[in-house]
Amino acid sequence: MNQMTILSGKGGTGKTTITASFAALARNAVLADCDVDAPNLHLLLKPEIQETMEFKGLKLAVIDLERCTRCGLCDEKCRFDAIQGFQVDPLRCEGCKVCVRICPVGAIDFIDRVCGNAYISKTKYGPMSHARLKPGMENSGKLVSLVRQNAKRIAEEWGHELVLVDGPPGIGCPVIASLADVDKGLVVVEPTLSGIHDLKRALELLHHFNVEPLVCVNKHDLNPENTKAVEEFCAKEGIEVVGLIPFDLDVTRAMVAGLPVVEYAPESPASRAIKDTWSLLERHFYD
Amino acid sequence: MIVSVASGKGGTGKTSVVVNLALSLGEAQIIDCDVEEPNAHILLKPEINETFPVELLVPRILEERCDYCGECARFCQYHALFVAGETAMVFPELCHSCGGCSIVCPREAIVEEPRQIGRVIKGSAGAIDLVYGEINVGEPLAVPVIAAVKEHINVNGIVILDAPPGTACPVVETIHGSDFCLLVTEPTPFGLHDLEIAVEVVKELGVPIGVVVNFAGIGDRGVYDFCEARGIPIMMEIPFDRRIAELYSRGTPFVEAMPEWRGRFKDLAKRIWKGVDA
Repeated sequence: MNQMTILSGKGGTGKTTITASFAALARNAVLADCDVDAPNLHLLLKPEIQETMEFKGLKLAVIDLERCTRCGLCDEKCRFDAIQGFQVDPLRCEGCKVCVRICPVGAIDFIDRVCGNAYISKTKYGPMSHARLKPGMENSGKLVSLVRQNAKRIAEEWGHELVLVDGPPGIGCPVIASLADVDKGLVVVEPTLSGIHDLKRALELLHHFNVEPLVCVNKHDLNPENTKAVEEFCAKEGIEVVGLIPFDLDVTRAMVAGLPVVEYAPESPASRAIKDTWSLLERHFYD
Repeated sequence: MIVSVASGKGGTGKTSVVVNLALSLGEAQIIDCDVEEPNAHILLKPEINETFPVELLVPRILEERCDYCGECARFCQYHALFVAGETAMVFPELCHSCGGCSIVCPREAIVEEPRQIGRVIKGSAGAIDLVYGEINVGEPLAVPVIAAVKEHINVNGIVILDAPPGTACPVVETIHGSDFCLLVTEPTPFGLHDLEIAVEVVKELGVPIGVVVNFAGIGDRGVYDFCEARGIPIMMEIPFDRRIAELYSRGTPFVEAMPEWRGRFKDLAKRIWKGVDA
């Protein structure tokens, strides 16, 4: 089984557009949306939810004001500034349990908190593993790990050869979780100075975790000079550039129609380029 | 006056709005809280004056005192400690620096030591001050670096915070304490979907909201219908314009090449001040 994560460093470079099209082209892959706090893949793949799992993250401290003697020790020891006026701010509490432990009168309870849901669904392109973090919750990467585990399990049980992972933006916790034991990381970059800056950090991250890097330039015609700079940089680093996708308004139209662009407008310039990219990637997976 | 600029969906133009707004006002402090992928400095090209390390206190186990009772590992909610047999290990990347292990250790065998996870960089370009953070590659916890960047806020002036994408804890950490939150979105189903989640987060924080629609003209009317139904003001529209996109790609804030936009950003600021007072 092969697993590939599509990531970007910088947000909004086209990860989900490209992942959805790959899903349509692959036909038999398991799809995983690891952007659990701003997921979008479901808007194009239209999953039918088969199974919902409640996701419990870190626990939450709750002060019982009837038992509390207002000594203030919890506030003093809390390193997350989560206790104000003898109440715990659930958005700041990181569930460390220090206050629960040190409260001299045992007035602080430690309760489960549901931080979101994980789903297993079917789509017309294959099974999909996805999730939804509750707004503002700690995205410790645990929910991302659950999405990954679910995807891997489905792939193994049902004999799928490929797992395609739509990654979150950035290089922090959720991205790291979306890269655990994947074979390849495809970085989608736009030819902007910010994009190139973020590409380099994303590539460093792949290197750090020993994931084989691949690069795809989206909207390459927006700035041909920067595109060339990306290609030269990748050539120097020995990283394969597997795609140059042109700017194409059909991508937005496909999004409005709720379809992968390769289905919505199969002959559009972006679709053709995505198909070329996919043929290159297939060789990586099946050779 | 602290204004945060957030979005839910990535790549909608937060940093562009932040930098162009600051340049149009002429004097402001920009705090770039996207410590995973900071970009404001690329547009602003500041002179760097100072850098500071961002450190977290992480435990070190004093082997000569430790009797491997395992109390610390059982207590740690982040699985950052492991004790078995005659081995006690710390996984520093998993540590949230709560200090719990050293509190629960019955033999005072744990000391806390600083460990660098990123840095804060301060610079300026003319009358615009910039503070940004950079998390070290491979480090998972962005929130402490964001908190360290925010310590440099100068409350006496206009402060514009550039939030990371998403709707999880790093965004909450950024917006917390703001007087106003501008949500930058694009008029597409992706933009709308993530805007809806972002609005929930900002409402929870009790911060007033306004929306900037970027790339106006592409996509559909969903974002407009949503804002109207929820009574959220659309404070500015920036059209989809290839020239703006090309300027951005070269790292040029578009008000520099299209000065007519300075007035529009000043109007945006006036609407924000009104929104704060309302």
